[in-house]
Amino acid sequence: MAHNDTILIQISGVSYRYPGSAQPVLDDLSLTFREQDRLGLIAPNGSGKTTLFHLIMGLIKPDQGTIEVFGKKVEKPRDFIPVRRKIGLLFQDSDDQLFSPTVMEDVAFGPMNQGKTREEAIEISRKTLAFLGLENFEERITFKLSGGEKRLVALATILSMEPSILLLDEPTTGLDARTKSRLIDILNHLNLARIVISHELEFIQSVTDHIYTMENGRINLDEELHIHQHHHVHRHGKQPHKHV
Amino acid sequence: MIEEPFASGNSIIHRIDPRFRVAVAILVSMEAALLKDFRAMAFALAGSLALVFLARLDLFHVLKRLFSLVRFLVFVWLLIPLTYEGQAVYLFGPLAWSREGFLLCAQISLKSLAILLFFMALVSTMGLSTLGKSLKALFVPGKLVHLLLMTYRYIFVIGQEYDRLETAIKIRGFSPTTTLHSYKTYAYLVAMLFVKASIRAERVHQAMILRGFRGRFYSLDTFTPSYRNWIFFIAMMGLFIGTLFLERGSVWPITIRF
Repeated sequence: MAHNDTILIQISGVSYRYPGSAQPVLDDLSLTFREQDRLGLIAPNGSGKTTLFHLIMGLIKPDQGTIEVFGKKVEKPRDFIPVRRKIGLLFQDSDDQLFSPTVMEDVAFGPMNQGKTREEAIEISRKTLAFLGLENFEERITFKLSGGEKRLVALATILSMEPSILLLDEPTTGLDARTKSRLIDILNHLNLARIVISHELEFIQSVTDHIYTMENGRINLDEELHIHQHHHVHRHGKQPHKHV
Repeated sequence: MIEEPFASGNSIIHRIDPRFRVAVAILVSMEAALLKDFRAMAFALAGSLALVFLARLDLFHVLKRLFSLVRFLVFVWLLIPLTYEGQAVYLFGPLAWSREGFLLCAQISLKSLAILLFFMALVSTMGLSTLGKSLKALFVPGKLVHLLLMTYRYIFVIGQEYDRLETAIKIRGFSPTTTLHSYKTYAYLVAMLFVKASIRAERVHQAMILRGFRGRFYSLDTFTPSYRNWIFFIAMMGLFIGTLFLERGSVWPITIRF
């Protein structure tokens, strides 16, 4: 990550252990996230990816270590109010994120909370929905949307708050191939710094620039992954074999 | 799971301000519930039928909904005349059907039909989110309104979770019987549903906090004033007062005697 841009998120030596569990899920984790960074994280289940996002957003407090966002140390609940305006977190399950009866109300919820007037909130929501190709969705009932539509509307509820960083938690879960490529297209048209958690190599490669793994509660920053595909002929046929 | 067959439509009733409809529906239903005079009841029922007609509701769905009330009324007609004291009109061994009991049944039937039809024509002709907003506009506490809307939003999600759990126990060979094992399995299922619902509630709350929620909901709806609302209101007041007149022989709701 050889950028000279300003540091957006600085995590230093953060540890977190869930109550009642013996092993910390994050152990002395450090990360420097700069402007224009497009970072991908690949990690097995239970490796603390979601926990990392929740720590950045202030939903949980680290046992140790410090988090700085936009050059300011964040500790108290009040510190996180500006953070949440600037960072948009897309949840794994869109049903958790869409709670209003109609799409328009849900997308306008964030802007209204930011103190925008009703007209401004509607205007910005219309624009966001149009950007995502969801022009006719305003009066649709949120729970009657399909899985893919829900994910895109959930993204709209975040983008309408005009964040400068996106945190995406397994954004492709349950999406069909078409919606997936639509999501890739949308993300590549968004000039936003991002951290993307996914287990889908192809997806993460097309929306991020650097990919790292997580292991033992830390991010392996010294080993950047380079995903490439290669074709080769097998003498082994269909027999199980190892690539050395 | 919850159908809203009447919510979308373009009848005269659909175009009336929802707040007016909710307020009027509450008023005339309460009046209908307190009636004692059969002429007044018949008048209210006729009024409710006229409204259903004006709302141009799909007859099939109207009958379908009425059917669930009729099923209940059948039991009322079977049981109340047997247990109500009064002049016997029919005797069968130790059983006696009373005249007063039958009259009470007729009252219950007329009133409940009228109230159901009022609500079908006036309230179920709007979506639930509109109903929520109307209730809020009519000074129902915000917390209650949001409880209603959130329940409506997540009952489907919880329903899906129930289906998933049920499939999970079915594919492992479970078929319900009257054994302790069955009851226990269902108890687990329900308990699991509560646990899942409460975990989900926490995640939804987190999502709301992240979007700047500070305990206040904002409504995007604006109700447009129209002369139609007042015409509707005056017509419904006519129904209200007409019913009252038939009931008491005077339009004063309270009789003052010296």
